Parts: sequence; structure tokens; C-alpha cells
Amino acid sequence: MHELSTHAANHAPPQSFLRKYVFSVDHKVIGKQYYGLGLLAVLIGMVLSWLMRIHLVWPNFAIPGLQWLSSAGAPGGVITPEYYLQLMTMHGTLMVFFVLTNVPFAGFGNYFLPIQIGAEDMAFPRFNMMSFWVTFVGFCVLVAAFFVGDGPPLSGWTAYAPLSAIPGSGPGQATGQTLWAISIATFCIGQLLGSLNFITTTLDLRTKGMTLMRMPLCTWAWFITSCIGLLAFAVLLPACILLILDRVAGTSFFVPSNLVVSDQLVNLSGGSPLLWQHLFWFFGHPEVYIAILPAAGIVSHILVNSYRRPLLSHKAIIYCMMAIGFLSYMVWGHHMFLSGMNPFSALVFSFPTLVITIPATILVLIWIGSLYGANLQINSASLFALGFISMFVSGGVSGFFLAQPSIDVYLHGTYFVVGHFHMVMGVAAIFGMFAGTYFWAPKMFGRMMNETWGKIHFWGTFVGTYCIFMPFHYLGMIGNVRRYSAFVDDYLQVPQPVSLLGLHFSVSPIEVHEFISIAALFTGAVQLIFVYNLIYSRFKGTPAPENPWQGTSLEWATSSPPPWDNFGGRLPVVYHDPYQYGIEGASGDFVMQNSSEHIQTVREDKKVI
Amino acid sequence: MGKLLAVTLIVIAIGSAIPILAHIWVPPADISTHGYQIDEQMSDTMVEAGICFLAAQIILGVFIWVFSGRKPGAKLRTFPGGAKGLVGAAFILVGLEVIILGAFGKKAWATIYFTPPGADALPVQVQAGQFAFYFRYPGADGKFGPLHPDKINEANQNIFGLDVDHDPDSKDDIVTAEMGVPANKEIHLLMHAKDVGHSFYVRELRIQQDFVPGLDLSLHFTATKVGRYEIVCTQLCGLGHYNMKAYLNVMSEPDYEAWIKQQASMQ
Repeated sequence: MHELSTHAANHAPPQSFLRKYVFSVDHKVIGKQYYGLGLLAVLIGMVLSWLMRIHLVWPNFAIPGLQWLSSAGAPGGVITPEYYLQLMTMHGTLMVFFVLTNVPFAGFGNYFLPIQIGAEDMAFPRFNMMSFWVTFVGFCVLVAAFFVGDGPPLSGWTAYAPLSAIPGSGPGQATGQTLWAISIATFCIGQLLGSLNFITTTLDLRTKGMTLMRMPLCTWAWFITSCIGLLAFAVLLPACILLILDRVAGTSFFVPSNLVVSDQLVNLSGGSPLLWQHLFWFFGHPEVYIAILPAAGIVSHILVNSYRRPLLSHKAIIYCMMAIGFLSYMVWGHHMFLSGMNPFSALVFSFPTLVITIPATILVLIWIGSLYGANLQINSASLFALGFISMFVSGGVSGFFLAQPSIDVYLHGTYFVVGHFHMVMGVAAIFGMFAGTYFWAPKMFGRMMNETWGKIHFWGTFVGTYCIFMPFHYLGMIGNVRRYSAFVDDYLQVPQPVSLLGLHFSVSPIEVHEFISIAALFTGAVQLIFVYNLIYSRFKGTPAPENPWQGTSLEWATSSPPPWDNFGGRLPVVYHDPYQYGIEGASGDFVMQNSSEHIQTVREDKKVI
Repeated sequence: MGKLLAVTLIVIAIGSAIPILAHIWVPPADISTHGYQIDEQMSDTMVEAGICFLAAQIILGVFIWVFSGRKPGAKLRTFPGGAKGLVGAAFILVGLEVIILGAFGKKAWATIYFTPPGADALPVQVQAGQFAFYFRYPGADGKFGPLHPDKINEANQNIFGLDVDHDPDSKDDIVTAEMGVPANKEIHLLMHAKDVGHSFYVRELRIQQDFVPGLDLSLHFTATKVGRYEIVCTQLCGLGHYNMKAYLNVMSEPDYEAWIKQQASMQ
């Protein structure tokens, strides 16, 4: 269907500033806009995590200037318990929606999916522009919650009803929570438009010779993710609308009868708090894979390039990502083992949750197994890609515990869960983002990023994140409850005696929290190196050649950055599988997808025998 | 730099395992009759997950050490057995793990949730509200009086919304801020929330259960060791969430009798 894709060449490139850089229909500009928005959100989210970590271990520390953001929430710069929860809610919401969804999926996906399949633009360029600007509005509405009434909501990024449905249930639960719900509903619309666009583009606009199995792994990941997103956001959107109606229109979808808040009988009846949990997690669990699959795809794409050999199996990775996407819809109940739903259903949800480790394990084994006998090239991109594998494993194994309802009885609601999901969906996905940035920045901005700064950034981030998130698991093991703005529990004050290699000393859980806070401040500061590197390289970096990493896929077959119609009006023709590295009998170390060189391709299933 | 990454990975893997192997951070001693199953399940899982974790990180480290910085043009090799071997291994090993963990894990879950409480279990009602737990004992008649949410008034100490003037069953009900229970006696905990979601968590009891507004939920357990244990809220419930706690006081049978009598006299 490649003849459809000539539409971009049918009209002249945009001339005005507004059309070129702001309301652009060019997928590359939109991709960069998503990336930029994600960068802004991640910086805010990171500063919020700093504030939280400071408050947790030095509760009386006055943070200079914070009183200007909220005089009630931080009088004199000292964070109040309720403001801690409000910061926490904003941290979670910004990170999950506006960073983990925006950057690896919408940002890189927008920029590279059309190029990698040899298209000139997305199938619906105007929808594409709309999806970004709708997302941008959602972001502004969310951030606006900082500046209204008593600030942002305190109900967490999961916004459990009826806490989220009753305006009088706490500070920020009035206007702040309404803004939150409007923001997320708006965000859903943006993602739905984006997902439709990705799916249509992948199916209809592939260039000549680009069969589905010849698509690079990251393209596959974006395609599978958009299928997941189309179903997941289509559930969260109505859930948010119902929540907004509960809050502003007097309906009662999520509020049951006979609630008494602040000695006042709530005048609502008939709703179900569990309905919100079901709707939210029906979106919420697939959302984890919306964050991690694009990162896994990007990392696979980069690993093949730095291994200089094809992965052991291209198809196995694709089928595993499909299996993960499919299974992700059957596991939402594992967030609700203790929620009072029928205990039999816990066992039903537990099984697919454990089963999903099979495709995830296959992914890891193929990434590691393909490294055997490879010519591994170390650079900033491949360091982050290898770091991703390590984080994915560390975060994955703790899932074994939480997938079992009987163990969840003890670990649910503790820091163990915090450690688990930060490692597997937070840090791992962010490592995918960093790997993608170092790998693709030359293509996106036409300039190379500084490798020395990149490597320093990697080491600080890799060691730092382990120092932050591994101790969370230990704290969870002793039952340290999450979402507490102060550690008032008796046992947290007691030093634990430790005998290790003949040394005797004692550590109290509070001291572990201090260590984590220091590690978080350090790791956050290291990210400023990345920001500096990105901005500096954008303007002053060495100009990038067309194919700096000797890659094989189509994004390396055009100039850096590509012209507005991607291939200068001549669509490439694809002759090969995506990763022809180290092929015997070929003229070089790699053969590009659009190279007409004849090579003897070995069928995948024959190759291993 | 590849070799440095390899060493770092192995150091991180072993360093992460040391606190676990040294038993520094372990759950507090179990005081329930069902908790040993959870503990066993947890240590089995720790062994299996620990092996996966160490093996994956160390093998990744070793491969990075060996295969980074090879001479340009070094011959590529393929992992013995290729993808088929690895996919097969994943299916068999992880599949077995899933079946084993799933099957054994079911037992512990079943003892908590699928077996009904015994007929002689002591009923205790717990009401969670922003930001405190309150407990109610049925008193001498063994019956709880009905609840009237419209009568809830914390200022007048009518925490549960009882109507002692009209409901004879409510007259001898005992409301407390601390949960006293006799040791080695089964407790049937009847749970409801007053306002928003909360959760009931006692680490030593290996019990955690959400309160869901609008739902009456129940749990049963037997505490075996005399002592005072913290009951904490683990479901985000608002600004005072971190401070929402009560104490579970497990007493000997005579101590409990004396305690409940004293509580009754204070109503």
C-alpha cells in the first residue's frame, strides 16, 4: 500500500514559524514536542521526588522558596504531611502519564515509526498534531492544580474512590482532584488519537518490501503498544468521566450509601468503590506494559546494533511482546488481592500474572544469549541498554513475590511494592529512554551527543538507582508501609543488630531511609549532566553523519536530521530483514535494509541448528 | 569500560543478596496460626527468585566481560542451542516455578480466606475512619446492636452510630480504641469503613485486608503470643494516613476477661 504514502509530497513544506515548529503536522516535530514535554515533566517529577525524600528523613528542613508555591502546604518552606501526599500524587501522575507513556511511546514512536517503515508521515497527520496538543492541555491542567485553592489532590496516582470522589475528604480533594480527573481524561483522548494513528500507519503505509516481519523490533513494540493503548485508554477515559460526574454533577458511581466524612453524612448512595478500582486497574496494568514494551523494543533495537549480530530470534521477541500485551489484560486483579473482591478471583488473577513471566523471561534470555559470541560495542547507548536488562531482571524477580496472593498479604502496601514497580517500569523504562536518546539524538538533532558526559551520566544513574531502589525491598520485607509522610511506627525506630563477616553493628530503618534520600539527591543531580549534554550537543555537538552507528534500518538511510518528507521524495525499497549484521559473504559488517546487495539470507529457524 | 560494567553488575548482584542471606531485614516473628505458611512460601520464593536474579545478573556480567572489546572482525559465535533452547528452557523452568509456587501458594491463601471461622470464634467489629480504628465487642448478650450512620458523632463519643436508647442489643456493646484479644482463641473480625478506603495490617499476624466503604468484610485469625502489636492503615486515606494506627493487645485468657470487664465499666 506504499502508493498511499505519497501524500506528504503533495504539498509544499511549511514556511511559517507557527506551522513549522508549533502547530506542525510533521511527525518528527510532534515526536520532538512529545519528547520535550516528557523532559519537562520528568524534571518536575524528579524535583518532587527530591522534596518527598527530603521531607521523609529531615521533616523539619525548610526548603527555600517552597512557601511561594504553597503557603499552606509548606509554611516557611517546611512540608506538611498533607502536602507530602499532594507532591506524591503529582510525582506519580506526571511520571506515569507524562513521562513513561509520552517519551518511549509517543515521543520516539512518532519520530521513528514512519521513518522505519519507509513512510513520509503518519496516516493522519492532523490527528497526530491534535494528539500532542490535547496531551499538552492535559499537562497544563494537571500542573495548574499546584496553583489552585488548597493545591493538588492527595489521593495518589491511582485516585481510589471514594477519597477521590468526595470533595470534602481532604486538602486538594476539591478543585485539585477535579483538575486531576479532567487532565487524565484529556490525556486519554490524546493517547487514543495517537494509538489509532500508529496502528493505521503501521498497517497501511509500509514502503515496498517492508513486510511486517521486516519491521525493526522497536516498530513492533510501538505497534503492539498502540494496540494495548487503544483498549486501555478507552477504559480509563469513561472511568475519569464518571469520576468527574460524581464530583461535579451529583451522580454516585463510586460513592456508596451511608458514608460519614467529618461527622457529616454524605448525601450520595448506591455507588461502588470497587468499580473504580476495576476500571482503573483494567487500564492500570496494561499501562505498565505501555511504559515498558516500547523501552524493551528500543533496547532490542540498540542491542542488536551494539552486538553487531542479529538476535538469536527476531520472531520470538515479537511473539513474546504480543503475549505480554495479550496477558496484560488478564492480570489487573493482582492489584486488588486484598480489596475485598471475591478471594477466589485472586487465584484466577494470580495465575496469568505468574505466566506473564514466561514471555518476559524469554526476552531476557534472548537479550543475554545473543550477547554470547557477539562483538559488543560499548557506548552510552549500549551501556543504558545493558543497564536496562539488569533493571528489568531486578524489578521482574520481585514480581514473583507480589504475584502470589498469600505473600501479597504481607507485602501489599509496603515499600517492597515501591521498589518493585520503580525498578521494572520506572527505571527500566527510563533507561530505555536514555538509550534511545543517545542512540537517536544524532538523527533527531543532526548532532552527536558527548560520549564522555554520556558515560559519566550512565555510571551515576546506574549505581545511584540501585542504591535507591534495592533498599526499598529490604524495608518492605520488614513491613515498612508506603505513602506515609512520617515514620511514626515503633519498630522503625529500633536499630536492627547486624552481624556480617565478623562485624557487629546496628542499622535502624530510618538510617536506611536517610541513605536512600542521599542516593536520590545524588542520582537526581547526575541527571543534570544529561540535560546539559542534551542542550549543549543540540547546538554545539559534532555534526552527525547519516549513519553514525552503522545501523541497518531505514532511519539511517536518510540525512541527519531527515528532510521534512523523510526521504526527499524518493521512498526507499526494502530488500532485507532489519538486522543484517555480521552476515557471512556480505561486503561489509552490515547490510542496510534498503541495500540491493544480494546476500545469502539464512532462514531464522535453520540458523540455530 | 565493558569489563568495569561486568564487575559492577556482579558486585551489585552479590551486594544486593548479602542483606537477604545475612537475614538482616526479615519479617518480625510470626504470632499467628496461619502465618508460617506465608513465611514458608516467602522463603521458597526468595530462593527461586534469588537464583534467577543472581544467575541472570552474573551471566550478563560474564558475557559483557568476555564479549566486549574483542578484536575487530572477531568471529561471531551463536549460543549453543540457539533461541529454541532458551525458549524451551524458559517454558520448562519458569513454567515449573509457576506451577509449584501457584499450587503451594494457594494453600496459605485458602486457610485465610476459604475456611469459615469456627462457631465459637470471638466476634470483634472494627470500624476504620479518618484517621483511627475503633473496635466494638458485643457484650454479655453476644449480639451487636444495629448501626445508624446518621447518628455518628465523634464529639459525643458515638463513634459507631449506636442508638442505645432504642436498640436493646446496643446497650451492652463495648467500644474501645485498642483491640484486646485473648491468646490462642479464634477471632472473627468484622470490618467496615466509615468514610473512605483504609486497610488493616498487623505485620506479626501476617494479616492485611482493605476496608472498602459500602462493603462488610470479615477475617479470622488466631494470635498465639501475648504482647502489644501495632495495627496500621496501609490504604491511602488522607492527610493523617501516616498516623492512623491502633494497638492489638494479645492477652492471656484471665487478663482478657479482666480487661473487657474494665472496658465495659468505662462505657
